[in-house]
Amino acid sequence: MELTRDQQEIRDGRDGETLAKVMRSLIMYGETFGATHMVKVTGAMGHLVTSFGLSVMKPVQGLMQELIDNGALSSQPFTVDPRPIDKNVPSNLIQDIVFKVMYSRQAYYEKQLSELGLLSGDAFTCTCYMDEIGNTPSKGDILSWAESSAVVYANSVLGARCNRNSGIIELFGSIVGYVPYFGLLTDEGRKASWIIELRTRTLPPAQLLGSAIGLRVTEEVPYIKGLQSFLGNELNDDTKAYCKDMGAAAASNGAVGLYHIEGLTPEAVELGDSLLLPNANTYVIDDDEIARVRKSYPCIWKNPAATPKLCFVGCPHLSSKQLHDWTNNLEAALAKSGQKTVRIPTVFTAAPAVKDEFEKTPDFAKLTSMKVILSDICPLMYMNNPKCRTMPVITNSNKLRTYTTARYHNDDEILALLADGGIRNENI
Amino acid sequence: MRTFKGRPVIPGKTTAEALVSHCGFNTLASFQKSLMSGDKKATCSDQNNPDLYGKPMFGKALCMPQTIGSTTGGMVMYCASALGQQAACLLFSGPIDSLAAAGAILSNIWTDVSLPTVDNLGDDFLAFVKTGMTVTVDEDGTVTIDG
Repeated sequence: MELTRDQQEIRDGRDGETLAKVMRSLIMYGETFGATHMVKVTGAMGHLVTSFGLSVMKPVQGLMQELIDNGALSSQPFTVDPRPIDKNVPSNLIQDIVFKVMYSRQAYYEKQLSELGLLSGDAFTCTCYMDEIGNTPSKGDILSWAESSAVVYANSVLGARCNRNSGIIELFGSIVGYVPYFGLLTDEGRKASWIIELRTRTLPPAQLLGSAIGLRVTEEVPYIKGLQSFLGNELNDDTKAYCKDMGAAAASNGAVGLYHIEGLTPEAVELGDSLLLPNANTYVIDDDEIARVRKSYPCIWKNPAATPKLCFVGCPHLSSKQLHDWTNNLEAALAKSGQKTVRIPTVFTAAPAVKDEFEKTPDFAKLTSMKVILSDICPLMYMNNPKCRTMPVITNSNKLRTYTTARYHNDDEILALLADGGIRNENI
Repeated sequence: MRTFKGRPVIPGKTTAEALVSHCGFNTLASFQKSLMSGDKKATCSDQNNPDLYGKPMFGKALCMPQTIGSTTGGMVMYCASALGQQAACLLFSGPIDSLAAAGAILSNIWTDVSLPTVDNLGDDFLAFVKTGMTVTVDEDGTVTIDG
């Protein structure tokens, strides 16, 4: 890789061995993918995936401390994924004890994040790109981010440029201010090798469509046709939320870092079919295919017929519009069943800043009257607790389903379950 | 016996028993439980991977098309290495992905663990190698399978 003099000197130890190792890691990373040079990180902020002070993640904390001790701090402020614990989220005594042990390093780790360049004490969310948080890159910005759902959103919906960096590597890019130029940073790497032809009769759930795409194309770039007939051509609150959830499912069920939607996402609007690589594969998704993908999900509860004990909605974190929609849809579902409160303990999750704004609205009182808890926790980190893992938890998140024992239901099913309680029939 | 030639991403020599995943290897989902519980055998906890679910990964020659899933992947692999739960080597039929590459590089530069990593071994490699076969990796990316 061709390096500038400054980059070479850092690699050779001019600024100490720790920074040299940071630079060597990035160089090796770039050379693995044929990067010819490094480019400047132009996005104003970074985003880190590692928000949790897990006691077993001591190696990460050790590495972070080495960076801090040697002055290898981030050259830009960064946001970070959600916190793993929130006392408002239901848990029993044994679960609490395990949480205490598991995340015993949380305070220490948050201090490390702060020393490294954390934007603020409220900067914990996987949806850092939302207006309320303020880490919203512009089209063409070069980023050094991790968090699969944030990266795929920044690339696809905002038109920024970021590889699917791993945790730690993303911090290294923010420290030196450069990232190797390859993959999704290049024009060629943003071209689509898959055409997704959507032929469903109605708009499929975002979480299922994303899952189907991710499972099929894995890390390649899909160009989705047929979705605009349902979503239209405007990136508004509703379509952005759909893209967020679809992208997160595609990124976790596969490894999608960028997708294009014909007539909607910025590069597809600008460049159209010229984004397609010659001989791109085609994947037709109809209602049968959506049903087949859904049916393929295993239920790994000890007792598949168990009554759910907890429900998480909001992985990735909900937008403000989604919070209002869920509140009103839930109110209607409960009224239809003659209920006033949810029959299953339920947690809606959103970024701290989104949550704060929502709490100022009348819908917050409505939500709390239905006994729904609003939290900024990471549901995935909650489910990491072995004593939570054995609990029958339901969710509308395909990401949470993928990484934990939580069982997936689409939004309508979740509403019905919250109103009626329990697993209602074989098809739900 | 059959020999395959790939690209050494992290050159190294090792011999180990193969553990084969025909679908994308989800690093977080696979290591999550063993990292949490301190399971030194690193029993795979990815419910969506029928090839590996419930099988120990420590010390195995992990053979796969690529890794998938959360961008904590590389960091998780680094932690597995630092905590002594790592595979003997990582062998990819296709080009390595950015998360696996990060994991191999972080292990190489920031720990004392050797995690030889070879990619581009070809689809034939993944069609031929079976879990339980003995795999030998050489510095130049040559992979020999006894089975």
